[in-house]
Amino acid sequence: MIDLEIPRKFEGLVAQAHQVATEVFRPISRKYDLAEHEYPKELDMLAALIDGMNEGGGAAGAAGAAGVGGRDGAEAADGNRNGSNMSTCLGVMELCWGDVGLLLSMPRQGLGNSAIAAVADDEQLERFAGKWAAMAITEPEAGSDTAAIRTTAVLDGDEYVLNGEKIYVTSGERAELVVVWATLDPKQGRAAIKSFVVERSNPGLKLDRLEHKLGIRASDTAAFRLEDCRVPKENLLGSPEIDTKKSFAGAMQTFDNTRPLVAAMALGVAKACLDETRERLSEAGVVIDYDRPAQSQVAAAAELLSLEADYEAARLLTLRAAWMADNRKPNSLQASEAKAKAGRTATDIALRCVRLCGSIGLGESELLEKWARDVKILDLFEGTQQIQLLIVARQLLGKSSAELK
Amino acid sequence: MGLGLRALRNVASLELVDRAGLRAPLERLVHSGSKNGFRTAVAAGRAFKATQQLSRPARQSTTGSRQLFDLTPTDEQQMLQEAFGDFASARLRPAAQDADGAGAAPDELLAQSAELGAAMLGVPEELGGATGERSAVTTVLVAEKLAHGDMGLAAAILAPGGVATAISLWGDTAQQSRYVEPFTGDDVPAAALAVMEPRPLFDPLELQTTAVRRGDAWVLNGVKSLVPRAARAELLVVAARTESGAPGLFIVEGGTAGLLSEPEPAMGVRAAATGRLILEDVEVSAGALLGGGDPDVYRECVARARLAWCALSVGTGQAMLDYVIPYVNERRAFGEPVSHRQAVAFTVSDLAIEVDGMRLATLRAAALADAGKPFSREAAVARHLCSERGMAVGSDGVQMLGGHGYVKEYPVERWYRDLRSAGVIEGALLV
Repeated sequence: MIDLEIPRKFEGLVAQAHQVATEVFRPISRKYDLAEHEYPKELDMLAALIDGMNEGGGAAGAAGAAGVGGRDGAEAADGNRNGSNMSTCLGVMELCWGDVGLLLSMPRQGLGNSAIAAVADDEQLERFAGKWAAMAITEPEAGSDTAAIRTTAVLDGDEYVLNGEKIYVTSGERAELVVVWATLDPKQGRAAIKSFVVERSNPGLKLDRLEHKLGIRASDTAAFRLEDCRVPKENLLGSPEIDTKKSFAGAMQTFDNTRPLVAAMALGVAKACLDETRERLSEAGVVIDYDRPAQSQVAAAAELLSLEADYEAARLLTLRAAWMADNRKPNSLQASEAKAKAGRTATDIALRCVRLCGSIGLGESELLEKWARDVKILDLFEGTQQIQLLIVARQLLGKSSAELK
Repeated sequence: MGLGLRALRNVASLELVDRAGLRAPLERLVHSGSKNGFRTAVAAGRAFKATQQLSRPARQSTTGSRQLFDLTPTDEQQMLQEAFGDFASARLRPAAQDADGAGAAPDELLAQSAELGAAMLGVPEELGGATGERSAVTTVLVAEKLAHGDMGLAAAILAPGGVATAISLWGDTAQQSRYVEPFTGDDVPAAALAVMEPRPLFDPLELQTTAVRRGDAWVLNGVKSLVPRAARAELLVVAARTESGAPGLFIVEGGTAGLLSEPEPAMGVRAAATGRLILEDVEVSAGALLGGGDPDVYRECVARARLAWCALSVGTGQAMLDYVIPYVNERRAFGEPVSHRQAVAFTVSDLAIEVDGMRLATLRAAALADAGKPFSREAAVARHLCSERGMAVGSDGVQMLGGHGYVKEYPVERWYRDLRSAGVIEGALLV
């Protein structure tokens, strides 16, 4: 039966995450925006708390990328399931209402963890359990075009030898593991691209620099060089075979789970902006009257209503994608729809809220200007707006990547 | 009248008119003729009689509190979607262009839709309806399917059900026993909700139509705009401002003295034969006030009407998407399908994203309404999306077909007009 409300069983988790956002993230938000590259030590205790919660099973996967892709969640009598994909999205929304940069800095919640959760075999799952894993895909000459990855992996005895350059590795400095995408044979395109788990302490993995960024400054973004970086061959995730049909799809399937999550991050920031702006406008005497048409209200109220409407569309698209994942329905199209809508909508909301609030929006005394800087990354990473539109279009139009470039 | 207009056009094209200096006086004549000449009394259609003895008003029950997020319609809803979907593609789509041109829905289609039970979705079982539970979601699903066939015909088909739903939701025993039963049979009365008024920045909470108490009667005065099948209306629910300033809903039977209509063809939903209602000292009984004049009932009514138009926008938006996809794949330019260009492909992606967002927002508000929870904010949000994004879907759809989108050989120009209309009209329908 159709119902689009947040399920009651997740209300506690949402409240808990909101409390963390309010009491842990918000008070240190500005501090780590100003002190870029400084480690937010406050998060260690929080991570321990969340690990405890996960073990207790109560608020499983509330905090980050490690939660998605799971197959838990009790089935209702009619076969409907609300599981960890949805609960993680809901938790992430609340935490990013607090601070998206800090969420991205949460120990053991990296996107690498999500890749491991999606692709690793049982032995690997056990070996890498409890470790913080970052994800290294992008190279100076290959961003959205992952088939153009030039980092190589060559089998030498029981080890792969990795050589290349990786940039934009979120939590690259702080993580314990880095999942590195590399090609077994540059001539074979996508099918030859595999992911390898590299220990952060590996001497062949050399930290080049940390980026200075527009936003999410609490989160470290690393650049690495891989110089004859040797990893045990057991650290290859998935199959070592170059299967032109399956391999790349396997690597990409991680994204079906993580894209709704990044959409959820965008929605958290957007909601922070909307809540703050709504309150400021109400102090200024502007309140939306939902019973009246937008055009018969003052322009600021009409604009806020318009922003809320797009927020709601993006939020429901995201919950739909998560719900489909929980119910094991293929959701690649819906995940990209959600990410596309949420990424652009959140950016639009944040920038417009800055304008509605004037100097309060722009000034560093409040957080609106920070959110407007933070949010833009969410329309870029895990597939840019344009990549999402390509994915959606290819599916709807039945086109291959060779036809619709 | 059609013949009269054709004759007029012939006269207007004569050079003689200009040479003789007759154009200005002729135009004045035509103007006053169109202003007053087509006004007709709303015909007395049928006599409504109390048919049932009810000890208390019959209501559909709320769907109660649920536990989980779910996008799967019930089995019953899926059956209705299928039935109305088949009807829409087999009967409505082929009839759409002619109905749009004629500015009327064929009686045969209206009769067939009545057989499908289109007017009784909101009627409780006790009153002969189909379902015991509230049915805003069901009506949204059905409306979407009908509008996928044609929005104008869908509006004509759904308007009577809106009145039946209103009286089921808010009517007292006398109102229910007198008016609801005919909507459950094959001969469904022409009926509609009359809320909108003809002026810019119309706000349903600031009505100019008035209802004044005179003894045992209410006396209504004012003008209502874009009422489906106004000329043939047998039963109307009219929104009017009472003396306290609060808006109320009044049941008005066709044929009541002082109730006039005139055609008001519009940009879109032309098959719904929209018209203006002119109320000149229309007297109705004290018992005609619906919902006891409760302002919350009125607000809910306005919100439910918006959801009905949202559902129609979603259906027509989906029709646009379904039409554009094969078109851009087949249409070739510069040696390949135009869909191989990102500018085209990305527009298709956005059509899909926005239509899906509109649908989910509409369903959320409707599900809250069924659960008996507040949904005013959710309805406003859905309305805004369907008005803004729905309009863009219309415009972008035409853009994808280029010149073909602009000519009547293709349905796309009609959807452009319908999608704009759906985001503007208040009242008329109800979920």
